[in-house]
Amino acid sequence: MLIKKADDIKSSEITDKSLYLNRRLFIRGATLAGSAVATGFIYRYFTSHGEVAQSGEKIADVQEAPPAAPPINEKSTPYEDITHYNNFYEFSTDKLEVANKARRFVTRPWTVTVEGLVQKARTFDIDDLLKISPPEERIYRHRCVERWSMVIPWVGFPLAKLLDQVQPLSQAKFIAFETLADRKQMPNLGSDVLDWPYVEGLRLDEALHPLTILAGGLYGETLPPQNGAPLRLVVPWKYGFKGAKSIVRIRLVEDQPPTSWNIAGPREYGFYSNVNPNRDHPRWSQKSERRIGEFGLRDTLIFNGYGDQVAQLYSGMDLIKNY
Amino acid sequence: MRRLDSPRYGKMKDTRFAQFAILINSAVPLSLLAWDWYHHRLGANPTEFATRTTGVLTLLFLILSLAVTPLRKMLGLPWMIKFRRLLGLYGFFYGCVHLLTYVWFDKFFAFGLIVEDVSKRPYITVGMASFVMLIPLALTSTQKSIKRLGGKKWNLLHRLTYVAAIGGVVHYYMLVKADTREPILFGVAVAVLLVYRVLNKFVPKITQRTPSRLAP
Repeated sequence: MLIKKADDIKSSEITDKSLYLNRRLFIRGATLAGSAVATGFIYRYFTSHGEVAQSGEKIADVQEAPPAAPPINEKSTPYEDITHYNNFYEFSTDKLEVANKARRFVTRPWTVTVEGLVQKARTFDIDDLLKISPPEERIYRHRCVERWSMVIPWVGFPLAKLLDQVQPLSQAKFIAFETLADRKQMPNLGSDVLDWPYVEGLRLDEALHPLTILAGGLYGETLPPQNGAPLRLVVPWKYGFKGAKSIVRIRLVEDQPPTSWNIAGPREYGFYSNVNPNRDHPRWSQKSERRIGEFGLRDTLIFNGYGDQVAQLYSGMDLIKNY
Repeated sequence: MRRLDSPRYGKMKDTRFAQFAILINSAVPLSLLAWDWYHHRLGANPTEFATRTTGVLTLLFLILSLAVTPLRKMLGLPWMIKFRRLLGLYGFFYGCVHLLTYVWFDKFFAFGLIVEDVSKRPYITVGMASFVMLIPLALTSTQKSIKRLGGKKWNLLHRLTYVAAIGGVVHYYMLVKADTREPILFGVAVAVLLVYRVLNKFVPKITQRTPSRLAP
């Protein structure tokens, strides 16, 4: 029996040349495909945000908006977009990621304390507070300072109805809203991108304006966490960030309260922050906006189109200086 | 192998397949972006997402191209130089797409508005300047240009990549609203590469591994 030693075997005897070339081609093909898939996964890892199926509970007996609220003949933004494109920095600074990060946010039990310069300071249980006045559907334009906008069918009632209950004192000139700051539930509170807790404020006459509402719902259902559950402020003629979310405290005060975005960028985010196409953000123009769902740009309207209702609040004021 | 060996880098591996793999892989992010766009999976604001993503990819590829030289010296793998041009050109390519998203989706090709933006908005000025710097670099990326300019001049010119990368980081830093963590991360990456260059100039002993394949 002839036993060949390893040295005696030519490699060409073991592997046929065409087979060898085939194998090389196969390995290269597999390497290409494998690495492309891996790159794809890396891309997906950095760009996807985890899907969340959100649905609120139906709110009973939602009333039509009262005549004070101007009707709007623009299409409402889809629920999916309203609930998956959110600025809620306590959860994440990535708008696409907030819904996922907020999905386990607990909104019951929940209390809202109304205090400061009022006759009857009081801590409300959220379910009692939401019953102060019948829920109304308010379809408002929503203009973000970042140049995008939506049309949102909120469910809520005028803030004035809550203030009726606590009776502000005559010294009260301003009102401040404070968002919950719970490190256990809000993953981005560890960062110092803003001064926590988030505080926003209004002049008292702005707060009492019939268009200013406290919203607990969206599209006829209770708010999902990413949109500010269980209770948020909506001031449709101001940039979106004025609408404090997940409110736990409301204070009536004499002096203009310090507010989070104003502290973060005093030249960029004024206390008033009324939507104003004539006053540019120092870094970008505010003349136009992208309506979510549309490809082109729309002209931004002064007071977000609510000038007829609210312009008198600012008569005689220089809106460029008081931005 | 033709032109793969050179006195400067020593014996070169045949890197053509690896280059091809990089060519394919670098196109994956854009392909997925296009795919997601077509299937309406870019979220509520697709144009913003596309602009942001292509901007980040531009920075990423510029930084990868700048990382080639330090890596090849530290690891003693001279053939890695073969990847630099490709990565740099991809940086330029993603920069073009990034610019296109702005010119198209944000300005709708209104030239006057763009000029106004460039002159009035510092972050646009810086971004545009960084992009313009990449143009001569892309144009002189060929083997021919290296020969024509001569290695020294060419190297000097291509140090502009650092300026463009720093410009890109500043552009990103200036445009975010409050969360500066990501642009700072890119800034740190560029800074590390620059520090390597300085160390390499003065103490090459600690920054280089003599390539084992280097011809004696």
